[in-house]
Amino acid sequence: MVRSLVVRYHARVEVRLRPGIADPEGATIERALPALGFDGVASVRSGRCFNVELDAADLEAARSHAAELADRLLANPVIEESIIEVREA
Amino acid sequence: MATTVGVVVFPGTNCEHDAVLALEALGADARLIFHADVSLTGLDAVILPGGFAHGDYLRPGAIARFSPVMEAVSAFAREGGAVVGICNGFQVLCEAHLLPGALQKNRGLTFLCEPALVRVDSTRSVLTQSATLGQLLDVPINHFSGSYTCDLETLRQLRDQERIVLRYVENPNGSVDDIAGICNEAGNVVGLMPHPERASSALLGSADGLVLLGSLLSASVA
Repeated sequence: MVRSLVVRYHARVEVRLRPGIADPEGATIERALPALGFDGVASVRSGRCFNVELDAADLEAARSHAAELADRLLANPVIEESIIEVREA
Repeated sequence: MATTVGVVVFPGTNCEHDAVLALEALGADARLIFHADVSLTGLDAVILPGGFAHGDYLRPGAIARFSPVMEAVSAFAREGGAVVGICNGFQVLCEAHLLPGALQKNRGLTFLCEPALVRVDSTRSVLTQSATLGQLLDVPINHFSGSYTCDLETLRQLRDQERIVLRYVENPNGSVDDIAGICNEAGNVVGLMPHPERASSALLGSADGLVLLGSLLSASVA
């Protein structure tokens, strides 16, 4: 019997604005924090995180798969960058 | 023969009927094109109207860009066909890389729905070729993500090649260089945040949008 040799991986894709790109959401949160009594906050940048389950032959293939979908859809490379962590699910 | 304009409808588009009515008032033959259609045969121009295509999930235009019709729109644009993206349509054109840059959330994180005075700063696009350089137009805006942004090199190119077709007289959203609308190198693909179809009659407060839509029709004569 032939069994498929794919493994399920978990990819965590963090998408955030590139340095230097204005982040009105992060700036608003940054301004709100002292009003709530949180002192010593130097800076806040907003972003979002996607948890993707994917099947691939090995960790390397899973990484490149995740990088491609991050580049093509999850992030807009004009203003955003992505940070990808992949592990076996 | 009337100029035939296709108005693309994505799930969540909501300005298609306004666009059709404004175009018909100018004598065009306007028809709705479903986002799953893969052919634009018989059209002289294409409009991507405003709304919230695919719910604006992820980013405005990010999902719409992968709709089947967008390959046909890209091919149509490559062959020199006139393509205009209004508001959400502008966001789709940027996501599809038919125009450079991106549209970010407005400065101040406020949804803006108000009249806006824009100035025609280039007449080398299908949307502005019949307008006068420096002409002021009263055309409403209606957006949350309308702050145009791009890298410095792209901005330099846009300026040098006279591709910034419309600028706000008073910047409402934090757009780089007061940009309200830009075009591609050839001038046949244009994106703008203001809604010319909503300024199509004095009864609506302004008929200035007809200057732009009329220009599009004369630029794409059948």
